[in-house]
Amino acid sequence: MSATTLGSAALRSPLGEFWRRFRKKRVALVSLVVIVLLLVAALMAPWIAPYDQATPDYDALLEGPSWTHWAGTDTYGRDIFSRMIWGGRVSLTVGYLSVLLGCVVGVTIGLVSGFAGGWVDGLLMRIMDVMLAFPGILPAIAVVALLGPGIVNVIYAIAISAVPVFARLVRGTTLALKQALYVQASRSIGVSRTNLVLRHILPGTMPAVIVYASLRMGTSILTAASLSFIGLGAQPPSPEWGAMLSDGRSYLGVADHITIFPGLAIFITVLAFNLLGDGLRDALDQKLR
Amino acid sequence: MLDYIIRRLAGTVPVLLAVSVFVFAFVHLLPGDPARMVAGPEASLEQVERTRAELWLDRPIWQQYVRYLDQMVHFELGQSIKTREPVSKLIAERFMPTFWLTVWSMVWAVIAGVGLGVLSGVRRGHWIDRAATVFAISGISFPSFWLGLLMIDLFSVRLGWLPTSGYGSWLSFVMPAFTLGSAVAAVMARFTRSAFVEVSAEDYVRTARSKGVPERGVIWTHTLRNALIPVITLTGLQFGFLLGGAIVVETVFAWPGLGRLLIDSVGFRDYPVIQAEILLFALEFVLINLLVDVLYGLVNPEIRLK
Repeated sequence: MSATTLGSAALRSPLGEFWRRFRKKRVALVSLVVIVLLLVAALMAPWIAPYDQATPDYDALLEGPSWTHWAGTDTYGRDIFSRMIWGGRVSLTVGYLSVLLGCVVGVTIGLVSGFAGGWVDGLLMRIMDVMLAFPGILPAIAVVALLGPGIVNVIYAIAISAVPVFARLVRGTTLALKQALYVQASRSIGVSRTNLVLRHILPGTMPAVIVYASLRMGTSILTAASLSFIGLGAQPPSPEWGAMLSDGRSYLGVADHITIFPGLAIFITVLAFNLLGDGLRDALDQKLR
Repeated sequence: MLDYIIRRLAGTVPVLLAVSVFVFAFVHLLPGDPARMVAGPEASLEQVERTRAELWLDRPIWQQYVRYLDQMVHFELGQSIKTREPVSKLIAERFMPTFWLTVWSMVWAVIAGVGLGVLSGVRRGHWIDRAATVFAISGISFPSFWLGLLMIDLFSVRLGWLPTSGYGSWLSFVMPAFTLGSAVAAVMARFTRSAFVEVSAEDYVRTARSKGVPERGVIWTHTLRNALIPVITLTGLQFGFLLGGAIVVETVFAWPGLGRLLIDSVGFRDYPVIQAEILLFALEFVLINLLVDVLYGLVNPEIRLK
């Protein structure tokens, strides 16, 4: 790299630099647009859904896709497309809240653990190790078994399983940043510990946290849908995508659209978050892998 | 080597103890009286008190924990509230179907994932590489239960080639194992590709190539063997994912395994079974990771000697 390009890169703000790199990731940009569209659809559900999602229509039971019902109707004659739009509210809310909750708790633990070191670090990390010993969807099922089924408990359940991963991620970065020259310099001029952590270390952990949060959104939405599918999450008549899919099981070969469309909604949403996360990773930090 | 294994084993003990504390605490976190729950809703007050004494629920909590550990070591897992059968018997019946399901899923996932990863690593930029990348990213975003239902729809309902559900001949394994393994295959493919690409850039690969080692030898001996080392670790981690995923896939295919048992027990609030299952899943996961670490030490002396 020549001296001039180095110079101009140094002059750009970090945000500008990020945008310059992110803009080139076409797939990630498209994913971002898809996510924004999904969000808008979820927010505007009462206005854009062509039918009321909860009203049965006994003259239109199990109808296939048509111009009047784009994604067909279900066993009660409810419009599946409208239910998918409403279901987006549930899935996106669950994903967003569980990731936010897991992220805030996990980042806090990671910061404290990495900055304090010593026995505090040892204890917190052992607790995280134990939480990671429960594989996959299992911690979520354990929490639901304790609190009972339902969508709110699913949010707690998924948040808890996200905590150890965020904690470990942030602890690692905190350990590295603690040794960084600028942090040592701030410490030497007497910056308080709270300020050191919140203003000098926390921002440095953010790129990794943002990337992981985006990838985690995909996982969380998938887990929530799985829990609803096996009957532990959103309960009927909620238009949650996983719950809708589980309704379709009895009509395979008869009314496939009940199974196909909600599944497609889950797939597209999760795919968009995963691709966005990939793009963010490339744009924010080449070293993250 | 023995020294390394002993050290790793010793490191597992505190984790296992902590896991047991979590699972033990589980029942005490439940709302309501555990003695009443075990005795049943119709039991008289006397019966409830007798159950409480039988289960040591009237003793100090540390005594209860020690007794719990003692029972676990002897595989005394209590009695199901729902069927009144010993939990160990219920679990023993369901163990093999889940075991074989996860094993076959892993086998096809590793073969397909590593194969695809190497192929796209060798043919970087080729259409095979692009197709593999699309497969890898879609694979991790695809809801397994959706994949399962779509396959049932096509291969059972429409074509009639495979049974829709149940556990029996090898035919009944095809769809569940494919469904469960697909996400793992996708992760494996992505990971193997990046490990392969990373190793390809190493000096020793360039040296091998420049001293005239045939391309086949460069790929198989110099690149692949080194790229596969981190893949071993990933395989262990993915086993945990499979154990969790089995819970969902077993529901789709009405598979008589541990996952279905867990879901049914949660629905019925059959806590002794839930408790035993959670412990078992965690135990399996910890042991598999231990095994992976040992294997890792076997192929990589650097780790062993640290």
